[in-house]
Amino acid sequence: MAHGPAKGFTRWLYTTNHKDIGSMYLWFSFAMFFLGGFFALVIRAELFQPGLQIVEPNFFNQMTTMHGLVMVFGAVMPAFVGLANWMVPMMIGAPDMALPRMNNWSFWILPFAFAMLASTLFMEGGAPNFGWTFYAPLSTTYAPASVTFFIFAVHIMGASSIMGAINIIATILNMRAPGMTLMKMPLFVWTWLITAYLLIAVMPVLAGVVTMMLMDIHFGTSFFDAAGGGDPVLFQHVFWFFGHPEVYIMILPAFGVVSAIIPTFARKPLFGYSSMVYATASIAFLSFIVWAHHMFTVGMPLFGELVFMYATMLIAIPTGVKVFNWVTTMFKGSMTFETPMLFSIAFVILFTIGGFSGLMLAIAPADFQYHDTYFVVAHFHYVLVPGAIFSITAAVYYWLPKWSGNMYDETMGKAHFWLAFIGLNVTFFPMHFSGLAGMPRRIPDYNPLWADWNMISSVGAFLFGAAQLLFLFIVIRTIIGGKKATAEVWEGSHGLEWTVPSPAPYHTFSTPPEVK
Amino acid sequence: MEQKQEFETYYVPEQSKLPIFASLGLFLTVFGLGNWLNEMSAEKEGSGVTVFLLGFVVLAAVLFTWFSKAIDENIKGLNSVQLKRSYVWGMGWFIFSEVMFFAAFFGALWYLRNISLPHLGEGPTSELLWNDFKADWPLMTTPDMALNGEAAAITGPEATMGNPGFSKWLTWLPFINTAILISSSVTVHWAHTALKKDNKKAFNFWLGFTVLLGFIFLCVQVYEYKHAYTDLGLTLNAGVYGTTFFMLTGFHGLHVTMGTFMLFVQWLRSVTKGHFSHSDCFGFEASSWYWHFVDVVWVGLFIFVYILG
Amino acid sequence: MLSISRRSLGLLFAVAVAFLPALVYAGEWQLNMTEGVTSVSQSVFRLHMVILIICVVIGIVVFGVMFYSMYAHRKSRGAKAANFHESTTLEIIWTVIPFVILIAMAFPATSTLKKIYDTDNADLDILITGYQWKWKYEYLGEDVSFFSNLSEKSRQQIYSKAPKSADYLLDVDEPVLIPVGKKVRFLVTAADVIHSWWVPDIAVKRDAIPGYVNESWTLVEEPGTFVGQCAELCGKDHGFMPIVLKAVPQAEFDAWLAEKRAAATAIAEAAKQQLSFEELYAKGEEVYISRCAACHQDNGQGIPGVFPAIAGSAVATGDLASHLSVILNGVNGTAMQAFAEQLNPVESAAVTTFQRNAFGNNTGDIIQPIDIVNFQQDQ
Ligand code: HEA
Ligand code: HEA
Ligand code: HEC
Ligand code: CUA
Ligand SMILES: [Cu+2]
Repeated sequence: MAHGPAKGFTRWLYTTNHKDIGSMYLWFSFAMFFLGGFFALVIRAELFQPGLQIVEPNFFNQMTTMHGLVMVFGAVMPAFVGLANWMVPMMIGAPDMALPRMNNWSFWILPFAFAMLASTLFMEGGAPNFGWTFYAPLSTTYAPASVTFFIFAVHIMGASSIMGAINIIATILNMRAPGMTLMKMPLFVWTWLITAYLLIAVMPVLAGVVTMMLMDIHFGTSFFDAAGGGDPVLFQHVFWFFGHPEVYIMILPAFGVVSAIIPTFARKPLFGYSSMVYATASIAFLSFIVWAHHMFTVGMPLFGELVFMYATMLIAIPTGVKVFNWVTTMFKGSMTFETPMLFSIAFVILFTIGGFSGLMLAIAPADFQYHDTYFVVAHFHYVLVPGAIFSITAAVYYWLPKWSGNMYDETMGKAHFWLAFIGLNVTFFPMHFSGLAGMPRRIPDYNPLWADWNMISSVGAFLFGAAQLLFLFIVIRTIIGGKKATAEVWEGSHGLEWTVPSPAPYHTFSTPPEVK
Repeated sequence: MEQKQEFETYYVPEQSKLPIFASLGLFLTVFGLGNWLNEMSAEKEGSGVTVFLLGFVVLAAVLFTWFSKAIDENIKGLNSVQLKRSYVWGMGWFIFSEVMFFAAFFGALWYLRNISLPHLGEGPTSELLWNDFKADWPLMTTPDMALNGEAAAITGPEATMGNPGFSKWLTWLPFINTAILISSSVTVHWAHTALKKDNKKAFNFWLGFTVLLGFIFLCVQVYEYKHAYTDLGLTLNAGVYGTTFFMLTGFHGLHVTMGTFMLFVQWLRSVTKGHFSHSDCFGFEASSWYWHFVDVVWVGLFIFVYILG
Repeated sequence: MLSISRRSLGLLFAVAVAFLPALVYAGEWQLNMTEGVTSVSQSVFRLHMVILIICVVIGIVVFGVMFYSMYAHRKSRGAKAANFHESTTLEIIWTVIPFVILIAMAFPATSTLKKIYDTDNADLDILITGYQWKWKYEYLGEDVSFFSNLSEKSRQQIYSKAPKSADYLLDVDEPVLIPVGKKVRFLVTAADVIHSWWVPDIAVKRDAIPGYVNESWTLVEEPGTFVGQCAELCGKDHGFMPIVLKAVPQAEFDAWLAEKRAAATAIAEAAKQQLSFEELYAKGEEVYISRCAACHQDNGQGIPGVFPAIAGSAVATGDLASHLSVILNGVNGTAMQAFAEQLNPVESAAVTTFQRNAFGNNTGDIIQPIDIVNFQQDQ
């Protein structure tokens, strides 16, 4: 087994190697990030001014829908799976993922699924236009014919996620090197263990709800049709039972990444390791009992409204524990501010701001004013863009030397950071204001009252997009060449992945290392 | 966790063509199916069904090769104890994902019965929108029918799959089917015990018997569906009662089909190739866990769909 | 580091310059949620301010500590890393304090929510039904009901054919009126997909779920005009279904109701007249553009795969009865709604005449209002 990768492009098609598969996941997700970002730019271009200039309303809705879907399922989730593929085996001292062939299958389903989803843009009637939350009956009785392909795309990408998650759990539970007890695992591994559990618990529910849609559309059932005794609100309950844990699926691994980076550059061990583990588990647990906070206005009884409000507010506590632990890790450290650290610090600040707006949304009576406005859009972009995306970016800078053997250009990395940081705040901060001032989301055109904020947002979006082009350039340049990286790469790095040479050999830990 | 474990190499397979072709097969299957469904709904002719069948053949062939290969590797002794544990974890979590899939449908049933229908049947919703529709379960007169002043064609307990009263259970098909399925769980367990004693003859017998019971269960279910459609007018389109009834029992039936097929394959392996011994029987064990899972789901169905139905 | 920060300063400047046009454009800069005009909306506003301030304060403390260590404990200043990494006391403190803060927030939130849910003892019931892309208002027990569409004025401005007015996209042809000082109950539902009836100034946002009725209420003390929009994605023209709510004194409200009833009688009268082809065609074009073109498009071509074309349509050029049936009764389970209740017989006759003769559908048919009345009676 001590051989290298196969020659030619079939290496990528047939590979069973966790590093190859991790790289493919990451590249795929990068491509999807650009595609989803392109859709976002269409949205922002149309919203630059009041009036309809560039696209028609129906197409605008398709852009919003595809942007949400592609970013969530195509960019963020695969990126984290890619990181898990690369890092989990190396962090726990395993030779590979537990089920290597299935691992490749999990990956290769995705390009097919997204090709099918993207192809709906060219079908008669157009792509899905009912929002990434696809509420029935807009997505059933009133949907374009392409909804059928959307449903099957969700089915197979769900299958991919479930297989990926099973693989990660089996790897973590079964493949740790001797001595690597659960409470010695790096936090990234812990957060992924819990995320994988969430995935297996909720992706089948998503599959269930799209199956109900399929039946309503093609076989005349009445799950979501009051005429037959069904209920459109049932759709929302089932969807959000998946949907809320889904947003934590997109943030827990990010917590893990940041918990790896901050101690490295503060040169001080992570503060409160075990409380971090418990906090992650508590967030995961709570995520199952808060879903209806997305539905405060659907007319639930008062009692339900209150229960979901209280439960949602509770999430602030374990999340706060995490934030406080990161801050205390930095406290009395010896800090330097390389690019990964900059992105991580921005993560802590901006994610917290996003969390605060989340807490405001959780207050049901106030949510009656916030719901379905740009305030919500501001909230979730603050937790997703400087949250998920920044953590992924930080992870790439942090581990790229290990993957490629070369150091990235620090000046360019910092330029990328500042461009992205500014672009992002310029894009999304004004959305708080337009939202509070009453601008609904998912509209292609709006009253001039909100014109200024929208113009600023649009400018910021293009700036942020340009920053991502720079990122692509930096990554490619680093892979091609550059200063050679040492095995440790960072002065303050700890953990098994830093004990192997850079670039990491094709097969690592064929014999498990001894962990003390 | 486990101390001082002998180190064995973990088998990491070479490059493999299987996954990419499996992806292709899966893609063709769903793409064909999507086209087919859209063509049916638009009442057009098309190639959907061909693509679907093609994809299905590809997928089935790849999976067949894949499983054969895994079995081969096992026979060659490539699989370490640790790898076998990976398979166990894999199957276990897969079954958990299936549990959650059913949970979505059970949840839907619960919500529709206990939240939606009461809402539809009272207050302004009933008065203003549905012509004073009154909700009861099983729902035979839908809100739509109430609106148009229609009544259910057949009413009363005979019209539903519901509980006919305890005294009639022995002639009640769902009860008989429950008995069949529960016995099959017992027989598959006996097969397991026999295998543990390396009594292959008893093993083959009980396993084959289980497959037979599974098959009988499916036949009874088909009969019941036919009865529902032709005699009772209970169809997928008959409102939420038909919807939830057919979707829950239908998906369960699909899983029984899968489980029966899996057990049948294990039986073939044992009978024709002499596979399985007390220490090496993961293929069989995994199938039998699946079978027990299908059984447990049925008990849930029996309670929530039939008895309380 | 220095060169970096100079670079970022330069960038900031560039961004600021980019915004100049925006600042010039600036009309009002509304930054915050509206306080609104009802006791509910004001409680909501206070609640919003309280949680906002709490969050800001927590933010200042947390980020303050962080910025302090980023400044004081940096390697370039010679900071040596300490090695502490656990403190149960700290963990307990920062679990308990947020918990207490949350409980403090929960009290006003609960009482406000209770107030919002108290729909009992209303003086007036209005049934609000969301349609793809208009609202229908029915004054229960008053025998008054009407549809409210985006105003023609706004429609003209969408493609910059006319300059945008301050109420662009926020004005309608028929506002909904309520009497001041009376508790009004809104019964909200929908005819096709989910909509959401939202007027920020009274802090009412209720989803309109097809087949279900949701309840909400308001009590406005002073006369005024309040605007809002549909707040749930409902298809193509979700951005174009505004709400205009007018609170007026009781006497004015009663007069308005009487006027509405009188108008209904006049319409029934008007159905008896005979109109010329030209009159019908011209009127029909008007109706078509304002009511049908959202889907079937100005040029009658529809949107392939979504909305069928009227031009050359087998229905619009074929059997009159089925054409009338589509228009008046709609097509169940599709976006084509029953227009019988939205258009009066004159309008229906006109639009039918128009569709059968426009876009190259040269059937030459003339449909009179009385034909519509007869068709409906025959059903
Ligand atoms: C990564 C994704 C992510 C994350 C992490 C979160 C985190 C949270 N979200 Fe968010 N949310 C989304 C993604 C996410 N959300 C998305 C995508 C939507 C919109 C979906 C759609 O409709 O399209 C949404 C919508 C959404 C809504 C519905 C709004 C509406 O439609 O009306 C609500 C309502 O409660 C909500 C609440 C919260 C809360 C309470 C948290 C909490 O987890 C936040 C907790 C964090 C903190 C509070 C900050 C740190 C804590 C401290 C410093 C401690 C002290 C603090 C206090 C005591 C205040 N979110
Ligand atoms: C992880 C998820 C994620 C991410 C990363 C983003 C990233 C961005 N999102 Fe969005 N967004 C969602 C998830 C996400 N979003 C979701 C779930 C919704 C809700 C959908 C719904 O309502 O159904 C939404 C909705 C949403 C809206 C509201 C639409 C509406 O309500 O109609 C807007 C509006 O501005 C927006 C903007 C942006 C922008 C500008 C970015 C930027 O950060 C994107 C930056 C990336 C690029 C720009 C691409 C990179 C560069 C190029 C393509 C090269 C060319 C560019 C230049 C030369 C400039 N997003
Ligand atoms: C909200 C969207 C919408 C609006 C507004 C609308 N229609 Fe339609 N219309 C449809 C849809 C969708 C169909 C296709 C129905 C079907 O599937 O049979 C349709 C079909 C028709 C047809 C039959 C066309 C054919 O060839 O099948 C006619 C005629 C028609 N509409 C007339 C009108 C008139 C007249 C108006 C306005 C007074 C109008 N429509 C407004 C959505 C709309
Ligand atoms: Cu109606 Cu949005
Ligand atoms: Cu949520």
